[in-house]
Amino acid sequence: MNVVDTKSEKHEGWNLPPAVAPDGEGELLEVSMGPHHPSTHGVFRMDVTLDGERVIRLKPVFGYLHRNHEKLAEGQTYLASIPYTDRLDYICSLTNNWAYALAVEKLAGQEVPERAEYVRVILGELTRVQNHALAVGFLLQDMGASGTPLMYGFREREEILDLFETLTGSRMMCNYMRFGGCRVDPTAEWLERARKIVAKLPKFVDEFEALLIGNEILIARTQGTGILPPDLAVNAGVTGPVLRASGVNYDLRKVDRYSIYDRFDFKVPLGEHGDVYDRFMIRLLELRQSLRILEQALKDIPGGPVMDPKAKIRNFRPKPGEAYGRIEAPKGELGFYLISDGGPNPYRYRVRPPSLINLTILEDMCLGQNVADVVLILGSVDIVLGEVDR
Amino acid sequence: MKTVEEIKAAIEAAVPGAGVEIVLNPGPAAQHSLRLAPESALAVATFLRDDADLALDHLSNVTGVDWPDKEIAEKVKVTRTVAKTVDGVEQQVEETVEETRKRVEPGCLEVVYHLFSVAKKHGPVVLRMRTENRSDRVELPSMTHIWRSADFQEREIFDLYGVVFKGHPDLRRLLMWDEFKDHPMRKDYVEPDDYEYEPTPHDHVLARAQEHQKKIEAAGNKE
Amino acid sequence: MDENLKIELGKQGIVVTTLQELYNWGRRSSVWPMNFGLACCAIEMIATTMARYDLARFGAEVFRPSPRQADLMIISGTVTKKMAPQVVRLYNQMAEPRYVIAMGACAISGGPFKQGYNVLKGIDRYIPVDVHIPGCPPRPEALLQAFIALQKKIDGQHLTGEDRPRFLDAEAQGEFPVPEQGEHDLVPTSNKGVWPIKIQGLGTRD
Repeated sequence: MNVVDTKSEKHEGWNLPPAVAPDGEGELLEVSMGPHHPSTHGVFRMDVTLDGERVIRLKPVFGYLHRNHEKLAEGQTYLASIPYTDRLDYICSLTNNWAYALAVEKLAGQEVPERAEYVRVILGELTRVQNHALAVGFLLQDMGASGTPLMYGFREREEILDLFETLTGSRMMCNYMRFGGCRVDPTAEWLERARKIVAKLPKFVDEFEALLIGNEILIARTQGTGILPPDLAVNAGVTGPVLRASGVNYDLRKVDRYSIYDRFDFKVPLGEHGDVYDRFMIRLLELRQSLRILEQALKDIPGGPVMDPKAKIRNFRPKPGEAYGRIEAPKGELGFYLISDGGPNPYRYRVRPPSLINLTILEDMCLGQNVADVVLILGSVDIVLGEVDR
Repeated sequence: MKTVEEIKAAIEAAVPGAGVEIVLNPGPAAQHSLRLAPESALAVATFLRDDADLALDHLSNVTGVDWPDKEIAEKVKVTRTVAKTVDGVEQQVEETVEETRKRVEPGCLEVVYHLFSVAKKHGPVVLRMRTENRSDRVELPSMTHIWRSADFQEREIFDLYGVVFKGHPDLRRLLMWDEFKDHPMRKDYVEPDDYEYEPTPHDHVLARAQEHQKKIEAAGNKE
Repeated sequence: MDENLKIELGKQGIVVTTLQELYNWGRRSSVWPMNFGLACCAIEMIATTMARYDLARFGAEVFRPSPRQADLMIISGTVTKKMAPQVVRLYNQMAEPRYVIAMGACAISGGPFKQGYNVLKGIDRYIPVDVHIPGCPPRPEALLQAFIALQKKIDGQHLTGEDRPRFLDAEAQGEFPVPEQGEHDLVPTSNKGVWPIKIQGLGTRD
């Protein structure tokens, strides 16, 4: 195992990934992986230089799904951007809605009723469950476990998507949250159905773990692969499960205590080695914690309105100023930075995409590894191209 | 967590002559920011990262903002001598007139950094830097050497806004292709005319539809 | 052949068919799509192949990563100007007979992102599209319907004559020019002969 030492000297040499010297035998091979590649989770491209099987240089190329989200948002009202946020990280549309709503609420000083906060937590955690189930499924698919783990993930995802659809009217693009609350009130039947589905989910996680954890191939391929040291992870702005797999305790649900997360009893699972195996396990452990939050939230949800009656939806013009709001999305810290000039449109609208910034250290993790492990390491970062390129 | 004033004092104590300016945020979020002078920005940023109290080790977000040249119209009272005929006699009379004068406030490109601390779990501290203008003096120091997370985000700003980050190890376009010449996130960017039929155009789409129609008609007349 | 006689013979255990029918039946029952996802719609495309919707019922579950082995390209998502040359190149690399499904509003016309500077306003500007599915994203059922529509289209193709499909016509265009990325936009902005589309009864659309 040839793992490159990235901890040369603290704060020195991090501007560039460490150089890996070719062994001098044979020719170097330049490979362009992507944009059409079955394991790059979309239209992601990496220019890889190989010395035999060993990666000695890797440069990601972005922009194949650059859909001008920020430019479009600056040309339309605050409300009109909500459907576009759905399409950022298209697996987790509800958490994107939430982050944007949170940023606008900060910008305009808007309050959110208690019931709406509970509904947001329930939907946010359901989103996290289905995202992590898919992330693990896709990671295993990249490893060559064609079909089965992904099918398990998709089976549970369909149940959750049915819940989303009955509540919001759409499977994937929910367009549900508003500034000051949520669009529709979940009925008692919906909550009952959600409770039933959540009660079934721990069994699914057990099944998933039984299928995967003891697998020898999985252990052989993931343990010790793509190690990310914690100090580099923090310096490179890595967030979410990837950061926590390196052992850094930084979960915005605990740090910022946004919404009503301080009311729930849950733990933040941490990794030890920061390799692909830890990143994979962190997601399974987070699934269990999300289910704990869901159980508590579905038990305690109070009555009341889901929308602040004083909230202004039409003709919404926040006062001049700026705000940065962020939440712990399933992939990491999703932030929205908005500048208002007092008009109906944001003057500047910026998305802080966790997927893009988590890729900063992709080269560091891949250098010195085999080319077959590159797709594995990429899969363990869990990116969605809609968010990487926006 | 220290207030902006305290942070400013701490910076000035550590980096003499830093030239830090507080920019107040009038909105309810009240996330005030500090404007750095580009010359001393790297020293200040290093201090913010390494200071034991602040420990801002997590550069979360780097944003480019475009502030185009702004035309400001103001009313000025002007006194001038005018030739006037009073009672049949021509005289020179002083008169005060209100005049609207137009002044152009030069624009700039701004880069905003949002810093948090993973170690101390506080934030955000907002830093801003401005370029001198929007055309030829658009250089700012790169923060990539201090926080790796600035790497792709600064490349994106270089791509979409045209800010040149001095000292960036690999300053290439991030999202658009290399041959692309424009900076599309700037407010004055003109999109290529590839308007397509829409059944109910309105607002700026309608304006583009009408422009496109004019172009087609002009081309048709030539033939 | 008389349809009633054919049914009558079928009852007696005699199967009568034509070469064209057999040929089209074989092709329509094993349409292999390319493993090619662009954006949001790709997730719904994957969902369609999974257990609940089970695309395998239509003989199309074998997603091939190589364009050489694929019959069908599902344009599942927004085609950006940076990606468009690659899409056209992949289409050129596919062997005839080949089909294209434009899945979702973005692939058809740019969809919600139509006003963006880097978004192609419909892939049918560069390559011919057989089936369009509206929706953002289309539900898996819509993709299944698109498959059924495509199968009907294949079933109705004649092997000879004026209306024979492109792959049986030696004169027909096989390669489509790959656009180049210019200083401001793609050059050219559309391929002649493909765009503008002629819609029956409506004339051309521009």
